[in-house]
Amino acid sequence: MGISFSAQKKLSGFTLDASWEIGNELAVIFGYSGAGKSMTLQMIAGLLAPDEGKIVLGETDLFDSGQNVNVRPQKRSIGYVFQDLALFPHMTVGENIRYGGHGIDKYEQVQRCSELLGMFRIASLEGRLPSQISGGQKQRVALARALIRRPGALLLDEPFSALDMPVRFEMRTILKEVQRSFNIPVVLITHDADEALDIADRMIIYAEGRVMQAGSAEEIFAAPSCEGVLSLSRFIGKSGRHMPYLSRELCGSPT
Amino acid sequence: MDSSAWFSLRLSLQVAFLATAMIVLVGVALAYLLAMQNFRGKELLDMFLTLPLVLPPTVTGYFLVIILGRRGSLGRPLYELTGWSVMFTWQAAVIASFVVALPLMIKTARAALESVDQNLINASYTLGHSKGETALRVILPLAKRGIIAGAVLSFARAMGEFGATLMLAGNIPGRTDTMPIAIYSMASSGEWSRSGAMVIFFTAVSGTFLYVANLYSRRTI
Repeated sequence: MGISFSAQKKLSGFTLDASWEIGNELAVIFGYSGAGKSMTLQMIAGLLAPDEGKIVLGETDLFDSGQNVNVRPQKRSIGYVFQDLALFPHMTVGENIRYGGHGIDKYEQVQRCSELLGMFRIASLEGRLPSQISGGQKQRVALARALIRRPGALLLDEPFSALDMPVRFEMRTILKEVQRSFNIPVVLITHDADEALDIADRMIIYAEGRVMQAGSAEEIFAAPSCEGVLSLSRFIGKSGRHMPYLSRELCGSPT
Repeated sequence: MDSSAWFSLRLSLQVAFLATAMIVLVGVALAYLLAMQNFRGKELLDMFLTLPLVLPPTVTGYFLVIILGRRGSLGRPLYELTGWSVMFTWQAAVIASFVVALPLMIKTARAALESVDQNLINASYTLGHSKGETALRVILPLAKRGIIAGAVLSFARAMGEFGATLMLAGNIPGRTDTMPIAIYSMASSGEWSRSGAMVIFFTAVSGTFLYVANLYSRRTI
C-alpha cells in the first residue's frame, strides 16, 4: 500500500511541482501558507486535477496524465478531513457519520457508526447537531465520518489548527491510534513544526510549491538539505518564536 | 364580497397555486443550473430569464402574445394541431403569472444555492456521493429556506399579476378576471365600494406573504 504522488500544476503566480512517496505510515506535509499543501491533498482526493503527473494509491492509479486516467473523487476510497471539517449542519452527528457510509448496506452502516462513536468516545452525541458540540468533538465526528467506509488512505487538511493545546495533543494521540488500527497511509498537513515532529513517521517539507526535503525527522535534521531546513531545527519546541520563512532562496536548490 | 368577487378570488388562488408549482419545479432546476454549472452564455440566460422582473408587464405580455397567440411561433402550430389557443383562457393567466414571477424564484434560489459552502459539496463527493445525491441531500436541504422564500414571493407576485395577464388572458368576466383585473374593472366603472373589499383582502394577503418570505430568507440553519 502507500501513496506515490507526482504532480505539476501552473496557476497564475504559483506553480506546484512536487513528488514524494509514503508507505502505510503517518506522514506530515509541513510548510507555510501558500506552499501548495492543501492543493496536494485536493489532487490526491480528486478535487483538483494536476496539469501533469501520476498519483497512485496502493496498486490503483488515481491519476495519470500519460494514460489519461483521472478517477472521480467518489471512486477514490479516500477519507478527507477538511480544514473547517465540513460537517453537514443539517444532519445530526450520527447522520453525518452514516452519510459517509455510501455503498454499505444500512445495517452495516449502523453497526460501523456505533463502533466509531464508541472508538472516539462520542456515543452520547449521536443525536446532536454539529452546532451543539465542541470543537474537539467535531474533529472526532469528522474523523469518524471519513473512516466509516474504511478508506484506503486518510488525508487531513490542518484540522487541528483552531483547537486549544490540550485538545490538540489529544487529537494527535487519536490520529496515531487511527493510523495503527486502520493500517493505511495518513497524510496530515500542518504549519506547526512541533506538531509535525511530534507525530510524523515521515516529514515532507514544502516551500513555494516544491518539496524541500522528505524523510523521518531524524534523517532530515541529521542532514538538512539546505539552510532553511537547518534553521527549522533550532526553533522546534520554541512555539511562539518567529520561525524563518522557508523560501527557495533560503534553501538554494531543492532536493 | 359578491359571487363575482368570490369567483375572482378562487381564480386568482387557482392561477397562483398552479403557477407557483410550475415555478418551484422549473425555477429551482434553472437556479441550480445557474448556480452550480459553468457554461457559455450562462449570464445571458440569467438575464433573459430575469428580464420580466424589470420589463413593464405589458411588454412581457406583448412577447407572450407574439409567441403564444393564434399566429404566434408556438401558438400557430398548437392551434393547427389541436384547434385550441391558449389566448383568453384561464390557462393563459397561469402562463403569464409563471413568466412574470419566475425571476423571483431564480434570483432567490440561485443566491441560496451559491451560498452553500463548496467544502460541504466536496466533502459529499469524497464520501462517495454522486452529484445528483449531493444535490438532493446536501445542497437543496441547505438552500431550503431560500427556496421557500422564493416560492412565497413568487406566489404573492403571481396572485398580483395584472399587465401580462390582461394582454394574454384578457378581461372576460366569469372566465379570466382574476382579482387584480376585477378590481381594475370595478374601479374603472366607478364601483369603488365593491372593489374596496377586494383591495383590503389583497393587501392583507400580500403583506402576510411578504412577512413570511422575509422570515424564511433571514433565518439560517
